[in-house]
Amino acid sequence: MEMNIIVEAIIAFFLVIAGLFGIVGSFGMIKLTETMQRLHAPTKATTLGVGGVLIASMLYFLLVKGDFSFHELMITLFLFLTAPISAHFIAKTYMQANTRPSDLPDTEREYGWSIYDDPPVRTDRDE
Amino acid sequence: MIRRIFPHPLLSVVLALVWLALVNKVTPGNVLLGAILGLVVPILTAPYWPRRAKVAHPLKIAEYGLVVLWDIIVANIEVALIILFKRNRDLRSHWITVPLDLTSPEAITVLAGTITMTPGTVSAMLSADGGSLLVHCLHTDDPDGVRDQIKSRYEGRLREIFQ
Repeated sequence: MEMNIIVEAIIAFFLVIAGLFGIVGSFGMIKLTETMQRLHAPTKATTLGVGGVLIASMLYFLLVKGDFSFHELMITLFLFLTAPISAHFIAKTYMQANTRPSDLPDTEREYGWSIYDDPPVRTDRDE
Repeated sequence: MIRRIFPHPLLSVVLALVWLALVNKVTPGNVLLGAILGLVVPILTAPYWPRRAKVAHPLKIAEYGLVVLWDIIVANIEVALIILFKRNRDLRSHWITVPLDLTSPEAITVLAGTITMTPGTVSAMLSADGGSLLVHCLHTDDPDGVRDQIKSRYEGRLREIFQ
């Protein structure tokens, strides 16, 4: 099967972009010093890293192999579901051990942040 | 009665579609299996998700998706530039409190997820009563501007979708 040069160039472009963002994200993990700052590198710079590989893979199967695959869309969906949640868990675990309420801004509510303060008692159960 | 069998109709549809996408072939057997999954999983998980989220405006959801997708691309480039070209001592990280107008747990979850995926921000914690969100910002000179942007760009749109 002969591969069109334009198709090849587009797929290569996405792969290179993905590689660049992936390496920047990993470099950020080493370079940044505070845990909360380091959390930014893997949650964002790698989204486009993985995304680029997935777009390239989709284009390859669509334009070269000639069949459409839903798997890349599913990977994107699961990535978008899991990345923020794991980042949230890591942040909370870190703060549990390393920050005090005085380090954080005020909640501007009657209750404090959830790792230091108990939630209000529910009296309005509607079922 | 119908609520007992279909506690979350949208979840059922999504589960069936995800199953078909995972097996990547539409055959009668797969459709049947997807339908069974879409029927059984919502019933089994209903105790943990008692209230049904009200979702409206499919067009608004599509618009929100596109806005977020665009912001993710911009965020990736911004964060990459900060990592590569800013010295660590020039970084000004901030904690930001975002007071929420949203009340539905589903809407707050989507908002927190969006914040984590977009420009230099990670959502870290909720207040105990779920009324405000703690956001960590990697680098900004204007914390109030970031808060206002989150509120107008994402929360406003979500409030129209979830109501």
